[in-house]
Amino acid sequence: MSTAATAIPYKVPKRRHPAVLFMTQQPLGAAGLVVILVMAVCAAFAPWVAPYDPLAVDYGGMLSRPSPEHWLGTDSFGRDVASRIIYGARTALAIGFIASFLGCTAGAVIGVASAYFGGKTDLIIQGLMDVLLSFPIIVLAITVVAVLGNYVVLGIDVNLIIAISVPMLPRVERVVRASALAIREMPYIDAARAAGYSHTRIIFRHIVPNVVAPYLILLTAFVAQAILAEASLSFLGLGVTEPTPSWGLMLSGAAADFYQQAPWMIVFPGIAISLGVFAFNLYGDSLRDWLDPKIKL
Amino acid sequence: MFKNTRSEVRAVDGLSFEVYRGETLGLVGESGCGKTTVGRTLLRLEEATGGEMMFEGANVTRAGGQQLKDYRRKIQVIFQDPYSSLNPRMTIGEIIAEPMLVYKLVPDRKAARGKVAELLTQVGLFEYMAERYPHELSGGQRQRVGIARALAMQPSFIVCDEPVSALDVSIQAQIINLLEELQQKYRLTFLFIAHDLAVVRHISDRVIVMYLGKVMEIADRDTLYADPQHPYTKALLDAVPIPDPALEAKREYRVLGGEVPSPLNPPRGCVFHTRCPMASEECKMVIPELREVRSKHYAACIKL
Repeated sequence: MSTAATAIPYKVPKRRHPAVLFMTQQPLGAAGLVVILVMAVCAAFAPWVAPYDPLAVDYGGMLSRPSPEHWLGTDSFGRDVASRIIYGARTALAIGFIASFLGCTAGAVIGVASAYFGGKTDLIIQGLMDVLLSFPIIVLAITVVAVLGNYVVLGIDVNLIIAISVPMLPRVERVVRASALAIREMPYIDAARAAGYSHTRIIFRHIVPNVVAPYLILLTAFVAQAILAEASLSFLGLGVTEPTPSWGLMLSGAAADFYQQAPWMIVFPGIAISLGVFAFNLYGDSLRDWLDPKIKL
Repeated sequence: MFKNTRSEVRAVDGLSFEVYRGETLGLVGESGCGKTTVGRTLLRLEEATGGEMMFEGANVTRAGGQQLKDYRRKIQVIFQDPYSSLNPRMTIGEIIAEPMLVYKLVPDRKAARGKVAELLTQVGLFEYMAERYPHELSGGQRQRVGIARALAMQPSFIVCDEPVSALDVSIQAQIINLLEELQQKYRLTFLFIAHDLAVVRHISDRVIVMYLGKVMEIADRDTLYADPQHPYTKALLDAVPIPDPALEAKREYRVLGGEVPSPLNPPRGCVFHTRCPMASEECKMVIPELREVRSKHYAACIKL
């Protein structure tokens, strides 16, 4: 009788490409990503993708219904709705990304500093954040716009971006601070302190890399919020001004007067807003699951 | 308007000891007796509320700026948990090279890489591991990385805070041997904090026994294990099982009654009197001083 154990053939599991893994494990997130990429392509190549000039007025073809010439119809100035939506993606994405990036980055920096220094610093910062948190996002954004007014640089309203990023700041700050507080208690931070490293080195080399995951997730999630905030502010006449194409702006003004004769003026920009926000939310959620190693298979 | 009733925990109280160059001083005691706080205070991770710490003739209790930096270069730490003591986002090479680059112990990154390889070999790892991340290594290997990181600073004093208690017994022996080997080679001084009496006995030259933030007994390793004076040390040593079932079954137990009192509200007088088999009324009154009961053998008990 042979007692020698037969070697069990061990197959090295094939490592699949992370993108493939993401698509198979997070199909909804992948769908969201596809919509985001389509939006991004439309925004980047708007002059080539859009069939018409979004600003071209055609008084002969006002309020025409969707047709082979104008897929999504025209508005009360005879401007092509499809082209305006495609150019509107530019406004939405630019403002969404810049505002989200600014708000999240500022929030993350303050959050890490607050957690790291603790004590009085933390107490004062948290008090200020409480004040900001007590206002709903849109109300605070409206207030900031009202105070700052408009200031357009390179076709982008800087103050609008600031107004949208200010309400995000405390929300991001709280989450990042919480993770930084947990990281601060880790023995490797003690080791860094015992080694006598500077505060800057400990913060940027040891704490920040460990709070990047929540930061990235918030960044994508708040792009959706920022797009929604931009649309809302523009709708209220506080954001992007005519004739710049913006989804929120397309819903206001004449569209509200003509919605019975020309529902396409409202329906299609509305779909664009919902789809954009939905896509970013889906992607953000699945990114959170994906980046959490405890959930990964 | 709000009354803040703060209670104070004296994790460590009235502690006084010396560590001699090149020796290993063991620090034992139950969980929560303040062993780790002693280590953290020496490392200046906690600030001492009173008392003094002298290191190589300089008072480092409140040192700041350059003096603190110089002190921190000479004193290093090895932690208990090999999993959370290494930054998961840095490679092993980066972790070990960091102190050398910060303190300019090497001229450039290339030299640092060479030194990292040297240190890795020295602690029994392989050069290629410099590229790995901590989660790719086992617990024992990570602990070796922790040792290499401490050595990178070229310290003279290392606080070993339970460096082996999170490891398998077979790995414990390897790490202990490595520590002893490195101590010989670099003439290092260790403060070895542990609750495992056998490990402390193996590695230490002298041993301090702590209970509830106070020193109970200090003696040479051999004296302490052969002839413990303080009733707490006796009880502690009695609790060690004999690795022979026949003898173990026959031996008489002297189990301590009760629990460790809360450090929020420590007993008056001798902190051990609530559980001490020798305690009398007097023990509740007098706080025992640490005194030399035999030659170079100190104990804090009025009965001795």
